[in-house]
Amino acid sequence: MRPLLSATGLGKRFGGLQALDDVGLEVSAGHIHGLIGPNGAGKTTLFNVLTGLYQADSGTVQLDGAVIGGLEPHRVVAAGLSRTFQNIRLFAGTSVLDNVLVGAHLRGKEGLLGALFPSPALRREQARLRDHALALLDYVGVGRHASRLAGELSYGDQRRVEIARALAAEPKLLALDEPAAGMNPAETDTLRELLERIRGDGTTLLLIEHDVKLVMGLCDRVTVLDFGRRIADGVPEVVRNDPRVVEAYLGSPASNGAGAGPAEAQRGSSPTSPGVAT
Amino acid sequence: MNARRLFLLLLSALALAAIPWIADGLLGITWVRILSFAALYVLLALGLNITVGYAGLLDLGYIAFFAVGAYTYALLSSPQFGLHWPLWAALPLAAGAAGLFGLLLGTPLLRLRGDYLAIVTLGFGEITRIFINNLNSPVNITNGPQGVNQIDPLRIGGIDFSQALHVGGLEVPAAYMPCLLFIALAAAVAWASTRLEASRIGRAWQAIREDPLAAAACGIDLRRYKLLAFALGASAGGLAGGLFAGFQGFISPESFSLTESIMILCMIVLGGMGHVPGVIVGALILATLPEALRALGPLQQTLLGHVWVDPADLRMLVFGLALVAMMLIRPAGLWPKGAGR
Repeated sequence: MRPLLSATGLGKRFGGLQALDDVGLEVSAGHIHGLIGPNGAGKTTLFNVLTGLYQADSGTVQLDGAVIGGLEPHRVVAAGLSRTFQNIRLFAGTSVLDNVLVGAHLRGKEGLLGALFPSPALRREQARLRDHALALLDYVGVGRHASRLAGELSYGDQRRVEIARALAAEPKLLALDEPAAGMNPAETDTLRELLERIRGDGTTLLLIEHDVKLVMGLCDRVTVLDFGRRIADGVPEVVRNDPRVVEAYLGSPASNGAGAGPAEAQRGSSPTSPGVAT
Repeated sequence: MNARRLFLLLLSALALAAIPWIADGLLGITWVRILSFAALYVLLALGLNITVGYAGLLDLGYIAFFAVGAYTYALLSSPQFGLHWPLWAALPLAAGAAGLFGLLLGTPLLRLRGDYLAIVTLGFGEITRIFINNLNSPVNITNGPQGVNQIDPLRIGGIDFSQALHVGGLEVPAAYMPCLLFIALAAAVAWASTRLEASRIGRAWQAIREDPLAAAACGIDLRRYKLLAFALGASAGGLAGGLFAGFQGFISPESFSLTESIMILCMIVLGGMGHVPGVIVGALILATLPEALRALGPLQQTLLGHVWVDPADLRMLVFGLALVAMMLIRPAGLWPKGAGR
């Protein structure tokens, strides 16, 4: 089966740092696909390249057969790829409902004239989008907060609103950048249920996550990045035992010289290191 | 429900139409003229509110659009070129020319934000004024610093807004006519603003204002919506400019200085950025305050027997103090959005 998202040969350089080096990624339709790697491995850079926030130096990206590499962010959304951000980027001074309605921007047709003199069809469209947005908020479990300002919500609820906002664009592929960051175990459990439900309802998921237990339990496939390169790709059971993955997370005293010391120290503080070793 | 809305609409239209009569009755005929200017300022403030308040694009050269509108109207309806276009053609063209100018000016500014945008728009505003000031040679287009005079009065169909009008048994004095026209147009722009604010376009603007990156990730075309905000704000300014030219009968580059841009910005900051009722209140206060403070001269005379401080100086003093006090006490404006929540 042709993958829903396929990226090949992606490269991105920031000055002297090769953030992405010949990275490929295939996400199959209907999957939950995990993207993991130590801090600074290039996961978020890859997300930004896929969603048009960064321009790749090389490589191609296709979504459902259409080239999306190099498109502006809003065109990537129009092509069917929506995302959330690692550090939540809601419109904090706007109501939760309006946040989701902004997410549904491309689902509406109302223009300047329509805003001033709405036709009955446009009124119906706006009412439908509003109902859909409310339904989405219920779906992710924050329906009761619809009229509050997004910035007033708890951290976990803000993450849910951000997912609802991304879903409002009705994407084929939903890309989530660390959705479980900062959540307690109970919240992570409900998040896992939500993600499985979204997949069950027909949206493919691409997921950056530091919670390795969550990734291994949830994902159909996992891609591992390290220093901007893809070092492993496959089903979770295989990936977790891949010697290169273990090395990337824990370091390999045998192969690393003295220069690797600081890098190792930095990785040691990463929340990912325990868990993979088992 | 609909009958009730119609009734309320008629009632507010009547209340707005009664303003010149009330002002004249309570304060005298000069206040009708003051209110006419105040209504023009309301138009300008509402226009700038679209650019700054809704889309968050800080424009310090807004008066340039007012100038473009004023000169477009003036050149199309004055002896300058011997053209005497009717209002229904010249006024929309004034608004359209300013809107087009907004697009032209907005295009190179798309990548700029915040302070940088403010500085560049400030420069554009000044350049426009200086350009108009010097456009009398080699080909005399704007008549330079002398300005354009004998501009045709505002006239549409059989109604001349510089003459008294007789409707049935009622005589509407000449001074009331422009005031009524300006109030009607300001009300229309206020209505359009509130409609826009609550629409898909308004939500897109608000998203851009709060977080452009997240807005783009929601599928909003930043370029398009920023330009739309520039163009719509500019055309409201151009509309006000055309009315100003027809009302005054004379315009010169002096009227379009940086201080005017700052004053309009102060109006929306004072009132409450992004909130139409607040913006209107802010514009009315700042447009009428100087006139109200004129009374301080005679007051000093009677109380102290001598005019110690020239009222004109006092006006700026009070204005400055008022702004400082505002920033301390109500930084979000006198009537900000969501104040009643």
